[in-house]
Amino acid sequence: MDQIVLQILNGLDKGSAYALIALGLTLIFGTLGVVNFAHGALFMLGAFCAVTLSRILSLSHTILDETKKDFLGNPLKVEVPYVKDWFGEAAGAAIIDWSVPLALLFTVPVMIGIGVIMERGLIKHFYKRPHADQILVTFGLAIVLQEIVKYYFGANQIPMNAPQAFFGSFDFGAMIGMDPGAVIYPYWRIIYFCFAAVLIAGVFAFLQFTTFGMVVRAGMADRETVGLLGINIDRRFTIMFGIAAAVAGLAGVMYTPINPPNYHMGMDFLVISFVVVVVGGMGSLPGAILAGLLLGVLESFASMRQVLEIMPGINQVVIYLAAIIILLTRPRGLMGRKGVMED
Amino acid sequence: MAKSNFTRRGVLKTGAVAGAGVALPTIFTASSASAYVNEPTGSSVTLGFNVPQTGPYADEGADELRAYMLAVEHLNGEGDGGMLNTFSSKALKGNGILGKKVEYVTGDTQTKPDAARASARSMIEKDGAVMITGGSSSGVAVAVQALCQEAGVIFMAGLTHSNDTTGKDKKANGFRHFFNSYMTGAALAPILANEYGTDRKAYHLTADYNWGYTTEEAVRTSTEAMGWETVAAVKTPLAQTDFSSYVAPVLSSGADVLVLNHYGGNMVNSLTSAVQFGLRASEANGKQFQIVVPLYSRLMAQGAGKNVAGIYGTTGWHWSLENRFGERYTGSNAFVQSFGQKYGFPPSQAAHTVYCQTLLYADACERAGTFNPCGVVEALEDFEFDGLGSGPTLYRGSDHQCFKDALVVKGKENPDSEFDLLEIVDVTPREALVYDPAIFGGELGSCNPGA
Repeated sequence: MDQIVLQILNGLDKGSAYALIALGLTLIFGTLGVVNFAHGALFMLGAFCAVTLSRILSLSHTILDETKKDFLGNPLKVEVPYVKDWFGEAAGAAIIDWSVPLALLFTVPVMIGIGVIMERGLIKHFYKRPHADQILVTFGLAIVLQEIVKYYFGANQIPMNAPQAFFGSFDFGAMIGMDPGAVIYPYWRIIYFCFAAVLIAGVFAFLQFTTFGMVVRAGMADRETVGLLGINIDRRFTIMFGIAAAVAGLAGVMYTPINPPNYHMGMDFLVISFVVVVVGGMGSLPGAILAGLLLGVLESFASMRQVLEIMPGINQVVIYLAAIIILLTRPRGLMGRKGVMED
Repeated sequence: MAKSNFTRRGVLKTGAVAGAGVALPTIFTASSASAYVNEPTGSSVTLGFNVPQTGPYADEGADELRAYMLAVEHLNGEGDGGMLNTFSSKALKGNGILGKKVEYVTGDTQTKPDAARASARSMIEKDGAVMITGGSSSGVAVAVQALCQEAGVIFMAGLTHSNDTTGKDKKANGFRHFFNSYMTGAALAPILANEYGTDRKAYHLTADYNWGYTTEEAVRTSTEAMGWETVAAVKTPLAQTDFSSYVAPVLSSGADVLVLNHYGGNMVNSLTSAVQFGLRASEANGKQFQIVVPLYSRLMAQGAGKNVAGIYGTTGWHWSLENRFGERYTGSNAFVQSFGQKYGFPPSQAAHTVYCQTLLYADACERAGTFNPCGVVEALEDFEFDGLGSGPTLYRGSDHQCFKDALVVKGKENPDSEFDLLEIVDVTPREALVYDPAIFGGELGSCNPGA
């Protein structure tokens, strides 16, 4: 039982990352009709916003420690962050410790800006082009973005830590009445899941309960008619692109303590996110969420040792197998609408 | 009027033969002009450095390239001479190799065997490289080694740890200075038994490819011989990034040790997951739960950050070796000084092994008096040397594997800098690492000069 609870929890947490990326992806597809292969790169850029802020907060001056030697036998250069000089040892350390949550504030405007520039500068020129052209140009853009990041940050992974208060794990099983120690789960992964849930709810609320969201939804349903009403729907869609970029970026920021980021992390998520979008139904926001969580849970169960002993290698194909079965039985995906990507 | 000897038929025949000759890649034509492929005829000799310059191991490749450039500098008599001053063989004089200035070309392996073979082939055919060296993966090493054997040039492997490189896939033209999975198991097991006891239950997570299998097998065999029991061994996809679903069940499996047979990004991510899941803070079977990482590299340790603290593993070389264990490891400090002065940080084990490989190749050419691969092979086989920072070392003739001391290291609790993440716990003498070359199978074959 504890194994099942553990894998469900793990699947939901993993699926929430898929769902967050897929949400932005399907949002862009639903509004602009663009298949954005650079969306994984936006996730990666978000993670590197966190790295950048962490480095800014850790900017240091060096002092020589005569009691210790460096690798060349010279007195050791010890780096002292400026924030510790300015705010004191404890407060400075706390600021650096909380760099990931602080990066959320930093990332939103940066990612909206990147999203708007990307859409206005490149992607809008491909609205009327075939999907194959859109895929090629956005995939090319993703490669350019990741090479830029690699140039500045290197190819190696960069360790990022959750705040000390959320480091380590806790007894989730005991909280839900199971035996103590049966289900131990990391704090930060639970926080990630909750964060994803809040962010997804926020995006839905924004689209559902604001005038802006209503216009966007109307535009998604019938762009031409909304345009004929004198509404500048293009501008709203550009803002939606920025919002989708910010969602991907925030997902990236919060992911950094889970896996140390590197320039390639966006590509790692890209394929799976597309599977999620297709399985959920192209352009369907609830579909993306449902498919993300479903595939996350499936992947977790397929990675269990007991399952692998019966079906070796199933962990590597389970997502694609599920996608095939779902698409064979429901060709438009779980919650796909008629007419989307159909001639 | 003189009668011309040219006939239409003759011109056509000559043209066809000449055309075919020009069209043939140089790799196949050496026999007609030289005794071996890419015999240097001018005042210089070209070496081919085939390292990952793009892809996930690009940082490791960059460090290898720095070491290669340093080695070339030293071979040509520039700089402070580095380990040329401490090397037991005195054949190298700092005037290049056999009086020819050393030049180099570089290729990008991308850590993909096909890309690595393409770049090695290009360096051999187009640039006339007489030796290929480098790489940060066993898959690449095995693929490029096979190509060099076919082409008739020497391959001096870079960072490759799988038993197969000098085991079932060994080739007469290929040589490995780096240690292997077997040696990791042999070096690590006694330390683990000493630190954690002989009554332990291990759970292995293993990268699903060649290196993972050989490392798992080596560590399992060595630890089981010490009394440990293997509870489970689970293969993880090489492309996996989130290992949480593999790590989550470990604590309730009955195991009290997790062995991560992962390298590079896999290791960084799996270790991070294991620490997040509180494994190291937990108890199992009445003992403190432990994590083991059989093969460490500094770059991996940098990626994993403070998660490596207190975790045991092995490494081929460490910049603090001579300071910590004395003059048996003469050469280490000379290399660290040389590299550190030039680049501003200490060299990695990858840098050390490729620097040594370059010097060993050059020295073998000098001693053999030729660049002919068969002469080089003869000079390197069963070559005993010292002063290259790893203590007395043997290049065993039967499988072209170097035998030298291996280092057991532990992640530092309070590192002084980002280069100071590992501390040497112990050094396993090379005598304890020797094995029968027949256990891994394979045939060395005979050297191929390409002629």
